[in-house]
Amino acid sequence: MSLLLILVPLACLVVLNLHFKQGFIKGAFWLGLLVILAQLAVVALLPTGLWDMRFNPLECFFHFDASVDAISLVVILAVGLVALATLLCAEHLIKEPKKKFYFVNLLMLVLIGLNGLALAKDLFTMYLFIEIAAIASFILIAFRKDPLGLEGAFKYLLFSALSSVLMLTALSLVILFAGGTSFAAVGPAVAASAGTWPARLALALFVCGALIKSGVVPFHGWLPDVYTAAPTYASVLLAGIITKVSGVYVLIRLFVSVFGFDSRIDAAVMFLGAASILIGALAALTQQNLKRLLAYSSISQVGYIILALGCGTPLAIAGAVFHFFNHAVFKSLLFVNAAAIEQQVETQEIDALGGLSARMPVTGFTSVIGFLSAAGIPPLAGFWSKLMIILALWQAGQSGYALFALLASVLTLAYFLSLQRRVFFGKLVPGLDGVREAGWGITTTAIILALITVGVGVCFPFVMQGLILPIKALVVLP
Amino acid sequence: MNELASQLFYYYSVAIILVTICGLYCLIASFNLMRAIIGIEILMKGATLSLILAGYLTGNLGTAQALVITLIVIEVVLMVVAGGIILWLFRHYGTIDSQELRKLKG
Amino acid sequence: MNNLDILMLVLFLLSALWTVMTVRLLRSVIGLAVTSIILTIIMFRLNSPLAAVFELSVCAGLISVIFVTTISFTERVSAARFLVRQKERWSKFWPLPILLAVVAAALLMFVKAPLIPQLAAGQALDARNVIWNLRQLDLAGQIAILLIGIFGTVIFFRGGEK
Repeated sequence: MSLLLILVPLACLVVLNLHFKQGFIKGAFWLGLLVILAQLAVVALLPTGLWDMRFNPLECFFHFDASVDAISLVVILAVGLVALATLLCAEHLIKEPKKKFYFVNLLMLVLIGLNGLALAKDLFTMYLFIEIAAIASFILIAFRKDPLGLEGAFKYLLFSALSSVLMLTALSLVILFAGGTSFAAVGPAVAASAGTWPARLALALFVCGALIKSGVVPFHGWLPDVYTAAPTYASVLLAGIITKVSGVYVLIRLFVSVFGFDSRIDAAVMFLGAASILIGALAALTQQNLKRLLAYSSISQVGYIILALGCGTPLAIAGAVFHFFNHAVFKSLLFVNAAAIEQQVETQEIDALGGLSARMPVTGFTSVIGFLSAAGIPPLAGFWSKLMIILALWQAGQSGYALFALLASVLTLAYFLSLQRRVFFGKLVPGLDGVREAGWGITTTAIILALITVGVGVCFPFVMQGLILPIKALVVLP
Repeated sequence: MNELASQLFYYYSVAIILVTICGLYCLIASFNLMRAIIGIEILMKGATLSLILAGYLTGNLGTAQALVITLIVIEVVLMVVAGGIILWLFRHYGTIDSQELRKLKG
Repeated sequence: MNNLDILMLVLFLLSALWTVMTVRLLRSVIGLAVTSIILTIIMFRLNSPLAAVFELSVCAGLISVIFVTTISFTERVSAARFLVRQKERWSKFWPLPILLAVVAAALLMFVKAPLIPQLAAGQALDARNVIWNLRQLDLAGQIAILLIGIFGTVIFFRGGEK
């Protein structure tokens, strides 16, 4: 059942490319929409027991080593949501039907990559799907073939290649002490070897590779340039989900299912997370470009997730996964607002914008919700996940880090409030009188994402029951 | 048996480390964007050799070769996409020398 | 572990060095192909015929073709600029052989062969069995990667001048 998540987008790709009298070029958007909605429906509605059900006809041909657990479910849900947001944004921002067709195809490929990453039970398979998502995203970043986008894509390519080489070297060390790369083979081998140099070095290299992909300090050099240079619909996809799944989810999997927790590497990871929070927030205070500010804010928020991950208690891991989901939702929301502004005003410089909420009410209101959730204001979703992270840090005895995370929330609030004031409130800048609200796709997406943020925050007890507790049960301490 | 394995591992990994240094130097210090891609290629060859070495030492050559074959497929597609990006950069700027690109961007 | 293997490793290193240091771009691509061929021979010596053949046909063949195609579309260097580039290249790249020699000497003299504490047990699986029967999710992934390659080619290499 779970392998349908990969096979259905693949089938969609094949169908899209059988040219029946040019009909499918126009219908590409609707077919892609159907596939993504199907994925969301399956995650939201399917009872857990049904995931492991096997289709007998398929079982004759294929034997995939894939399974779904609680963390994978959250990831797949987030992937579906952000893909939906991207598709609706792109519907408005891309004008030619041929380019829309290519975009839907590439989006399906990214979907295959990220779903496969969530389902994989083998280290090399994870690496393979990371590469699938990455190479598809290079093409998406360079989609408009404008000079800035091409340079951004090239820079991302270089850093991604570095990360790949690190991960591959780690994999060869893993083969050396474990004989295979699947989780079932590596887990017991790590437990048996208990702190010898191959296991430690392999974990360190793999963690470095994943940290490069998630944009954590000091490996964040590519992130602001790439998020700014990419077309905004690609930024939604990159910031919302690709960076997080290929970087942060891989780290979560490594710590939870494969390598377990190693005290020195955990301490290093926590330190890097805290450094990311600080540097991201400080840099965001001084930015003049909207997308660049959002990029630095992403670095800061991913720092929270990494900090919680380094802590290692079940509550911390659950908080990290929950913040992962929330960040996917509110960061996509903020980038969708940036897309709306870009579509209507054609500029991203904050100094040129002002008083937009008079003309673009939906964008203004949803961006307020996004900012408040990012800063961790109750009762929105961001508040609960940050609370869980700070509580987990306190309980684990890391009170210094807990206080630091609390104070950094104030910084987050500061730069977002300043952004909100300069862009949306205040007086309307003279050249912007003719600006109207963005197209139906973008505003609908913004409203949906804002509703999810508010809903998850308000209905937190249900979320706790359905999503968080199963994750806590998954994390078994050595 | 472990002695022989250690000796082999030692010599091969010295070679792999040196080749990795070559590739990194090429990647970082190059003017030309094509050279950076060649640097990535050299790095990946080092990674390929380390995978095969690990497979040979533990007797898991089946797994190692399967991984290497998949890795080579990934490499090819990466090169194709990189070549495409460089092609369009050339069409915009008329040069793929990274110093001149930096001058143009300002 | 006889002398042929050590010779192969040294040749591997030298050809990689030449690929990095040479001035003309086309010679660099040829150097990459030669490095691939030497890697193929090393892999044959390590009992990996399937991977070796793949490496030979794809890396030494296909990738060289891709590189030469891209270079032929983009390389347009005048003679004067070429001389300037040659001088710049030597000035930036002369540390590399020295660095390599220093690191090699340091490693060979001071670091003894590390004892691998726990070498994993070998399951003598055939590579073909592994690819087609045991790692089928990887096959789906490879299909996706090839599709990305196709789309990349169509998007970037089709369509005329801007």
